[in-house]
Amino acid sequence: MMMSRILKYRELLLGAIILALIAAFSLRAPGFATPRNLAGIFNDTSILIILALGQMAVILTKSIDLSVAANLAFTGMAVAMLNAAYPGIPLPLLIGAAMAIGAVLGAVNGFMVWIIGIPPIVATLGTLTIYRGLAFVLSGGAWVNQTQMTSAFLDTPRIPLLGLPLNGWTALLVIAVIAVIFMRTGFGRALYASGGNPTAALYAGIDVGRTRFFAFVLSGTLAGLCGYLWVARYAVAYVDIAAGFELDTVAACVIGGISTLGGIGSVAGAVLGALFLGVIKNALPVIDISPFWQMAISGLVIIIAVLFNARQERRKGRLILRDAARSPAPAAAEGAAA
Amino acid sequence: MSVVQVVAEPAHPLLEMRGISKSFPGVKALDGVDVALYAGTVTALIGENGAGKSTLVKVLTGIYQPDAGDILIDGAPVRLADAQAAMRAGITAIHQETVLFDELTVAENIFLGHAPKTRLGLVDWAAMRARAGALLHSIDAPISPYARLKDLSIAQRHLVAIARALSVEARVVIMDEPTAALSYKEVEDLFRIIERLKGQGKAILFISHKFEEVYEIAERFVVFRDGRSVGAGRLAETGQDEIVRMMVGRSVEHVFPKVEVAIGGPVLEVAGYSHPTEFADISFTLRRGEILGLYGLVGAGRSEFCQALFGITRPSAGRLALEGRALTVRSPQDAIAAGIVYVPEERGRHGAVLPMPIFQNVSMAVLGRTTRAGFLRLAEEFALARRYAERLDLRAAALSVPVGTLSGGNQQKVVIAKWLATLPKVIILDEPTKGIDIGSKAAVHAFMSELAAEGLSVIMVSSELPEILGMSDRVMVMREGRLTGIWERDGLDAETLVRAATGNA
Repeated sequence: MMMSRILKYRELLLGAIILALIAAFSLRAPGFATPRNLAGIFNDTSILIILALGQMAVILTKSIDLSVAANLAFTGMAVAMLNAAYPGIPLPLLIGAAMAIGAVLGAVNGFMVWIIGIPPIVATLGTLTIYRGLAFVLSGGAWVNQTQMTSAFLDTPRIPLLGLPLNGWTALLVIAVIAVIFMRTGFGRALYASGGNPTAALYAGIDVGRTRFFAFVLSGTLAGLCGYLWVARYAVAYVDIAAGFELDTVAACVIGGISTLGGIGSVAGAVLGALFLGVIKNALPVIDISPFWQMAISGLVIIIAVLFNARQERRKGRLILRDAARSPAPAAAEGAAA
Repeated sequence: MSVVQVVAEPAHPLLEMRGISKSFPGVKALDGVDVALYAGTVTALIGENGAGKSTLVKVLTGIYQPDAGDILIDGAPVRLADAQAAMRAGITAIHQETVLFDELTVAENIFLGHAPKTRLGLVDWAAMRARAGALLHSIDAPISPYARLKDLSIAQRHLVAIARALSVEARVVIMDEPTAALSYKEVEDLFRIIERLKGQGKAILFISHKFEEVYEIAERFVVFRDGRSVGAGRLAETGQDEIVRMMVGRSVEHVFPKVEVAIGGPVLEVAGYSHPTEFADISFTLRRGEILGLYGLVGAGRSEFCQALFGITRPSAGRLALEGRALTVRSPQDAIAAGIVYVPEERGRHGAVLPMPIFQNVSMAVLGRTTRAGFLRLAEEFALARRYAERLDLRAAALSVPVGTLSGGNQQKVVIAKWLATLPKVIILDEPTKGIDIGSKAAVHAFMSELAAEGLSVIMVSSELPEILGMSDRVMVMREGRLTGIWERDGLDAETLVRAATGNA
């Protein structure tokens, strides 16, 4: 009872904090809380939200994917060059190609973790460098500029629909699809089970390694999608785009209450965690706070969120012991579990 | 240090334990045990699993404090307040799995925590290496003190562990199943070291299940049963049969709720099941409504065999048939789909996914059944969970609360519900009552009878003889990865099983 209440409470709390921040900022900067500006912030945070959801799938299985930003940079470069070289390729095909390339890069991570057994943090730290290196090899270090890319490629995500650009709608669509996958499919259930208790999952017939592999594939696919969105948004592709952005995705998950120990977390939490970072990033310059303070504030929030998570997990442990010690009746039933 | 060659056994014990008792909630682990150890003598401590041997070791090494009784060294009472005190008193133990450090050198491992110091309080490396070298030499171990532990073989590490145990001026050396992980040749080496320690006048407590070893190396013995010392004396004057009787000769003090069930036709037929390294040539037939006990010493390959049956590991040879049809099990999914489930040891740790809601835990092993067109049907999952929650009297505020918020007993019911939901034909229970108190055991046994009465077939892996004898329709014994026999319940006695399990023909 307590844990679910904390989880629900936690997401409500995070939502409330975001609203309070928006209210506070709008006092200092009138116009901050207009629907137009808020839609802008959401649109601006879309890529982080999508990446954070991929990262969440990986973190749920007790892993981490540090290569998402490098994956994004490589796929972004690849589709930008494709577009520049063959302007005739229709956009849906390019987006499909971005996701497919991202999926392959994600599968490489998954393969190393599943089949070779390399710890996820090491495997993806390696591919982080490799994928950026490949982006350099692919482009020869050259940039793909706005003038080389087609207008369909660059402008489609900016087309507004009901006040929100397609870029933002893409994030909403991804949130919906991911929510269904996580809550309503066997794969989603396997993600939670294999992180929550790998041994129990194994004995229940869930292939923990394969689940983890597909979590990396999912994370890679979303990173590929974001590769296109990023290049279109900033109208330029070069080797160093989104450098360090993988840490923002992890931060969004941690702030959103995705346990780094695996098995705990909700889609709403990850989305709110990303939005929180998005609001801070967009609001602080508006009220004239230096970017260095932004970083410090983000860091502080991450630490507070981790403390919150740690407390939550400790409470979980205590609860079991106390109950087991308190009543002899459960002990009898404990035996019956055999 | 003058070495006394002990020829005859000294009249007075070097270490004596009198009336030592130690209780834990619900369990009396030691109940007034008496043990005497003599200088220059190996005393074997013999007993079933759970007889209190490990507790005794922990009392002697200062990890547990006895509730009652005295420990005397050279006739004078001592208090072993903690591990340091026991070490200072000259008591040292070599455990089955010694904790050593891979990245440190042999000398560092030996003296970790009590390294010789210079006048400035810094580690005296020269002295440390010299003393490590001398210690290794004293046990005939050709190992350099400079070598890193990770470069040594298992047997060499064992020697380092022994050197470490001896580095504290030990007078009493406890060896807790030291041969469990050793090959035949390595056991011979170990015995030479023990002979040498004997020659140095040390009192040795040797814990082992293996009778050949006990008779080869020890002069005296103590037998433990249910936390009591039930016999002691000289091995030369005592036959193996007598010791086996002491080990198992109990009045069955708790009545097993075994229900007579009409045993049906064959359900699971196993033929020649083998694994490259863990077990070989296991064949038997499991019948409907039968409880088949699987007895053996710890490490006999029982769990390994059961895990292969369940698809966690792959056998190298052998065939399976379920209800007359050939069956190939490549993964737990295959096993569950066929109707075989395996409930591992330590259900607390391996049983439920605590952060997950109850209904998701219950449906976890049967997700295929609650999925339509790729999507989970939550309503069906809830219905499934509700059905088993009612049947098992599971108490929870709602079926959507995380299992981690439930009491221990209700958590266990969730785990049972998960397995029953798979509608199993064969259920493998690995040490179903390990570490739980008598009352809980009775509940488990009653539940097992209930399952059998419903027509399920049960394989019960157990190291506890009363449970094996009390609950099984037939008993299968494994020893060192091989099946040593299958016995019908009628007329079966504990001695037969202990002999089959220990290789004492």
